[in-house]
Amino acid sequence: MTDFDVIVVGGGPAGSMAAEAAAKGGAKTLLLEKDRDIGYPVRCGEGVGASGLKQFIEPDPQWIAATISKVRMRSPDNTKVDFGMKDAGYVLHRRLFDYALANRAGRAGAEIQTRAYVDGLMVEDDVVKGVKYQYMGENRELSAKIVIAADGVESRVGRMAGMRTATKLRDMDSGYQATVGNVDIDQELIDFFIGSNWAPGGYLWIFPKGNGMANIGLGVNGKVAKDFSAHDLTHKFLKDHFPKASILTSVCGGIPIAKTLKTITKEGIMLTGDAARMVNPVTGGGIITGMVGGRIAGEVAAAALQTGDLTSKGFKDYPARWQKAEGKTHDGLHRVADAIFEITDEKLNKMAHRLAKIPPDELSLMKIFTAVARQKPSILIDVTRAFAGV
Amino acid sequence: MILVKDNRCDFCGTCVAVCPVDAIELREADISIIHDTCIDCDICIWVCPIDVLSSDEKKEEVKHD
Ligand SMILES: Cc1cc2nc3c(=O)[nH]c(=O)nc-3n(C[C@H](O)[C@H](O)[C@H](O)COP(=O)(O)OP(=O)(O)OC[C@H]3O[C@@H](n4cnc5c(N)ncnc54)[C@H](O)[C@@H]3O)c2cc1C
Repeated sequence: MTDFDVIVVGGGPAGSMAAEAAAKGGAKTLLLEKDRDIGYPVRCGEGVGASGLKQFIEPDPQWIAATISKVRMRSPDNTKVDFGMKDAGYVLHRRLFDYALANRAGRAGAEIQTRAYVDGLMVEDDVVKGVKYQYMGENRELSAKIVIAADGVESRVGRMAGMRTATKLRDMDSGYQATVGNVDIDQELIDFFIGSNWAPGGYLWIFPKGNGMANIGLGVNGKVAKDFSAHDLTHKFLKDHFPKASILTSVCGGIPIAKTLKTITKEGIMLTGDAARMVNPVTGGGIITGMVGGRIAGEVAAAALQTGDLTSKGFKDYPARWQKAEGKTHDGLHRVADAIFEITDEKLNKMAHRLAKIPPDELSLMKIFTAVARQKPSILIDVTRAFAGV
Repeated sequence: MILVKDNRCDFCGTCVAVCPVDAIELREADISIIHDTCIDCDICIWVCPIDVLSSDEKKEEVKHD
């Protein structure tokens, strides 16, 4: 007898989805979160696409901060390219959103513990058999048939199982964000600033948060992060563009824009969400992709408990279903990101000057990324696959 | 040796994610470098979004991908 069928490590979107799916599938499930509060601190711009979100949960006004219908992209010389979104978008209050997801996992039957820091795994003959953790300073151990590591960007739990999760510098954006008040912005528009003057190797974003507030932040690619500070660049931007903004909170965080790990399962363990590197490598969005991965992991865990095969062979539907749902597009997007890295500021400006002449209702993400693919025709297929219809 | 100005650390874990030898321990509001494991490659210093890590030595430049 084990203490639990499934122990999920990490109470972000991926972990809560995994715990909910496992519990719904009949597994005795526990979720462990190291912080005192699910969903806090919020290291996130909080932007999601509406259709992606609605696969999992009906939007609730309690945790929708703003509804987005327009996109603006700006080049290094601040040329604006405007267009409407085919799919609406939302900016969330993740603190409440993450609560809602964890609450759902709890209602499905999962137990949840916060202030529970997993600092080791129980391993026998290379098979994961449970977790070691500290609960308010006290050392505890719990056995489980399956551990699901949803421990976010750090992804140390996978390493404890001997999996290689460390991310290369090229595959990490060094991020910083301030949530600000007293800014006069269009609350239906998300604004992206692309170019090395704004955010070298990444981009800067303004996401509205309702009531004259916004998330303003940026990511600097790891390759050039030695020479730039995400903190300094954000504060310089705020000073130059929103000198009257009041900074309500600020956070930093890493955005793993890597390809998904080649191996996301091992005897007794599955990795999901940021921990498995499921973030969209172009946009840095990882909320929805993490939910996709988390739900599949939880469902496959519950199914494996039925068959009793808890090896990576028994978990094989997980990587297969992830590959089908997101994986293929994801690999292509990593190639698209590489192509974007190569475009100089000068070329970005030229592209923007051309695109700015197209009426907003004739423009789409597909058209914009097709312009990118003109710089590197080998990614045209990837672009078509990822952006058809958006 | 890598040093942490821990009164300024935001505990975001970016350094942990890139550490090639898993030499950084991070809890809710507590970070420490495992100096016996650390290979002083310095990439944690570079990715830190708010520059709270530093090295106490001047070293030859190492190339990273
Ligand atoms: C600055 C920034 C802006 C972003 N903007 C967006 C955006 O606009 N839209 C979007 O979709 N995505 C965005 N992302 C990415 C998004 O935040 C993540 O992809 C998403 O949170 C991943 O969910 P997750 O559940 O995998 O991990 P997380 O949400 O990071 O959850 C992991 C949880 O595990 C816990 N944990 C870690 N280690 C342990 C341990 N040892 N024991 C117990 N618990 C542990 C952590 O405390 C954390 O709560 C952004 C990221 C950053 C850094």
